[in-house]
Amino acid sequence: MAEAKTSAKNRPLSPHLQIYRPTMTMMMSIVHRVTGAALYVGTLLLLWWLIAAAAGPNAYAGVQWFLETVIGRLILFGYTWAMIQHMLGGIRHLIWDTGRGLGPVEREWLTMATLVGSVGLTVIVWFIAYLMGGFR
Amino acid sequence: MSDHEPSSSMRTPMGRVRHLGAAHAGTKHFWHQRLTSVALVPLTIGAVILVLSLMGRNHAAVVQILGSTAVAIGLLLFVLVSAYHMWLGMQVIIEDYVHDELPKIAMLMGNTFFSCAVALTAVFAILKLSFGL
Ligand code: HEM
Repeated sequence: MAEAKTSAKNRPLSPHLQIYRPTMTMMMSIVHRVTGAALYVGTLLLLWWLIAAAAGPNAYAGVQWFLETVIGRLILFGYTWAMIQHMLGGIRHLIWDTGRGLGPVEREWLTMATLVGSVGLTVIVWFIAYLMGGFR
Repeated sequence: MSDHEPSSSMRTPMGRVRHLGAAHAGTKHFWHQRLTSVALVPLTIGAVILVLSLMGRNHAAVVQILGSTAVAIGLLLFVLVSAYHMWLGMQVIIEDYVHDELPKIAMLMGNTFFSCAVALTAVFAILKLSFGL
């Protein structure tokens, strides 16, 4: 790491993550990054599904089989949640970018809302998909 | 790095660096991250509901729906904007954690290759579904 070279000069170190008491905003900031990275990898699942659909019935049967296993369903549910959590976290970022919602009460409230909202919306979105004819 | 102006430029050194920040590239990266974020909100809601509603349907039905004009265009927008957004986002993650020059450059390259490959493959698949080649 770069610190090793500069520490010889005995510069004062700024406090890093482990020093602070964890707060809701801090944990959810990490969640935003983790979900972003998970969605990055998750595009591979979307690609597999799209390519299989484009390739033909046999290839499609393969993804379909996987997605209907318990593991497949769990991954799909987690993928949906990560997408929605990241979306709500992103909207929170956009609100913060306007300078709003940064007060000590609002920022905690807003952050909590993304978590409650993402779990609720994930269930609602699956239900809507079911009503539209999915999962049968 | 932005292109540096020739020394014959009439602009003062201060005028040249103003608003560009430490990266000499201004706020383009930040702004495009926000631009794609705003675009992704409706696109993501649409894409998630679409894909989930196709779960469990047979291949012929999936091809028919994915290949219809409005759905294909919406999905194309989603994958293209996503690929650009995730490319920008992963770049920041790499810059935050990887400080040694060689691994950093290798990972930034890998990020670009992966993001471009994702975009291209998805576009190919969606177009194939539409045009049925
Ligand atoms: C649904 C709409 C989305 C919104 C509103 C959104 C919003 C954002 C915002 C505002 C950031 C910047 C966070 C910061 O500056 O700290 C970000 C980062 C990121 N996003 Fe998204 N995003 C969305 C969808 C996606 C998708 C679909 C992917 C992947 C395919 C993705 C991958 C990433 C990654 C990898 C980062 C970097 C994370 C970080 O720097 O901590 N996002 N997103």
